Amino acid sequence: MTRALISQGPMPGDSAVPFVDMTADLAGVELPSPVLTASGCAAAGRELDQFFDITSIGAIVTKSVMLQPRSGRPTPRMAETPSGMLNSIGLQGPGIDRFIDHDLAWLADRGARTVVSIAGGTVDEYAKLAARLRIVRGVSAIEVNISCPNVEDRGQVFACDPNSAASVIQAVKRHSDPRMPIFAKLSPDVTDIVSIAASVVRAGATGVSVINTLLGMVINADTMRPHLAGVTGGLSGPAIRPVAVRCVWQIRQAFPDLPIIGMGGIRTGLDALEFVLAGANAVSVGTVVFHDPSAPLRIHEELQRALAERGFGSLADAVGYAHRPPDVTAEVDDDLDFITE
Amino acid sequence: MPVQVKGQVLDIRRAGAYQVLSLTAPGISELTRPGHFVTLGIGGEESSMLLRRAFAIHQVQSRGVYGGTLDVVIGVHGKGTRWLVDRRRHDPIDIVGPLGRPFVLPKERVACVLVGGGYGSAPLFMLAEQLRERGCRVDVVLGASTEEKLFGALELKRLASTLTITTDDGSLGERGRVTDVLPELMDRVDGAVVYACGPMPMLQRVAEVAQERQAYSQCAVEEAMACGIGVCMTCVLPIVGEDGVTRMLRSCAEGPVFRGDRVRWAEVGTIPPDTLGAPTEGGHR
Repeated sequence: MTRALISQGPMPGDSAVPFVDMTADLAGVELPSPVLTASGCAAAGRELDQFFDITSIGAIVTKSVMLQPRSGRPTPRMAETPSGMLNSIGLQGPGIDRFIDHDLAWLADRGARTVVSIAGGTVDEYAKLAARLRIVRGVSAIEVNISCPNVEDRGQVFACDPNSAASVIQAVKRHSDPRMPIFAKLSPDVTDIVSIAASVVRAGATGVSVINTLLGMVINADTMRPHLAGVTGGLSGPAIRPVAVRCVWQIRQAFPDLPIIGMGGIRTGLDALEFVLAGANAVSVGTVVFHDPSAPLRIHEELQRALAERGFGSLADAVGYAHRPPDVTAEVDDDLDFITE
Repeated sequence: MPVQVKGQVLDIRRAGAYQVLSLTAPGISELTRPGHFVTLGIGGEESSMLLRRAFAIHQVQSRGVYGGTLDVVIGVHGKGTRWLVDRRRHDPIDIVGPLGRPFVLPKERVACVLVGGGYGSAPLFMLAEQLRERGCRVDVVLGASTEEKLFGALELKRLASTLTITTDDGSLGERGRVTDVLPELMDRVDGAVVYACGPMPMLQRVAEVAQERQAYSQCAVEEAMACGIGVCMTCVLPIVGEDGVTRMLRSCAEGPVFRGDRVRWAEVGTIPPDTLGAPTEGGHR
């Protein structure tokens, strides 16, 4: 009777998950799982490795690193919102040199695949970061966080202007190993995300990461002032998921073959499936980690199960499946076997 | 190393203005040291409240019919804590812990003064027991705005050589603040270490009192956290390192217990200009 009170919950891998080929292909980089962490929600992997084997997921996407060490913004840096949260950290970080020696080296020793997220205030800073990363090992891909204010353009965010976004990507591409996949992380705070995607693709981006947080704000009813010290912050979590799915859908529609990492409020395998069906080749899970530190592995297993239940033999078969012509929809159940062969 | 477990509510009971929540926490209670904390998932798996709530571990039992169990003390401040105190026996709770760096214990048999503000006294019980086991003299000061908001006075009285109580309204003990009585107590018992948990202004003053007497202080801070495990960078405060350099450190990972003389108390909530990587020319871009 007493043992029944102590439930450990299902342990990873202890229940048989039907076989599905979960290999994700990101522009030639083969990942054993399509589930990645999201930049800024996994630091550099160490902390999460206490809760699940970080080598078992697709990759760790590290917190955006800048050239110099950076203190970030004052507190409060965070506010809980309905099904989400606002953050205004201000890219606190160790700077690229310490990151390479300390974090990247650890990730490589650990055997984790790593996508390095970089951020800068000028095009030149991005170029220097790319050049620094060119000479180190253990980088599977670079994700370029272009949701930063451009100090040379009155603080206009790179990601919100097609030309600024393109100049950053061009600079990163030029200074990176030609074989290094470059993903541009796009902001949803634009009128037409497809035109920004088109611009970064023309500039040489291998793929896109969709989406970054949405700009939001909370007023504290007690102090009657903005709650965050940084006034505004990035909204993340399940609250933004429909926006993210829409962005992935629109970009997949415009670019049938572009590698897309989908993200925004993924909490379960079914959420991840939505992104895959909308056209994502892989997904990043972010804010859910704050709620459930072992979520990345759980979501991988739930996604695998969800794919199997729908008759998919491989993840690749499900990518963009929601875009199939409507006449197929009528008899989806009967046709599944045919489609996935 | 922290673990994530599905625990269950064993008991929830009122204690003055607070509630004490007892949970099964197999694998956590065995590893717990005084000053460690846990985070609890709020609202179940489909919750709209994504952020876990952090609580200092009050008591643990690592053996017995339920395996490991632990107690936390909850003050209801909002929707999340309200949800927690509305739980019933056998309800599941997702627990992560033990987290953070615990109190550092003295190697020698020195006199220790423990200071708790409000339910900040919660982690001091285990600490008092362990200090006593080491042969340290333990004196305790508890303070709150009013009698109802004191936590655990009776039990701490058993563990301590002396217990001094202060309340802002004078409803119990001396009228005033814990830091009003602390200097005299420190001098009387020749206190070598002060351990404190409570609101930031109290911790700041405790650290000052200790420093004035060349005593050590170990302060457990309360900062708003999102993840509790060191990945989100929301719970930072300015800490001076051994090298004299100020860094914004995470209270969940490098804390919650800091040496009082390392914390730049007056500048908590800001980025002091000489912090490593501090913004220049009008703020971070």
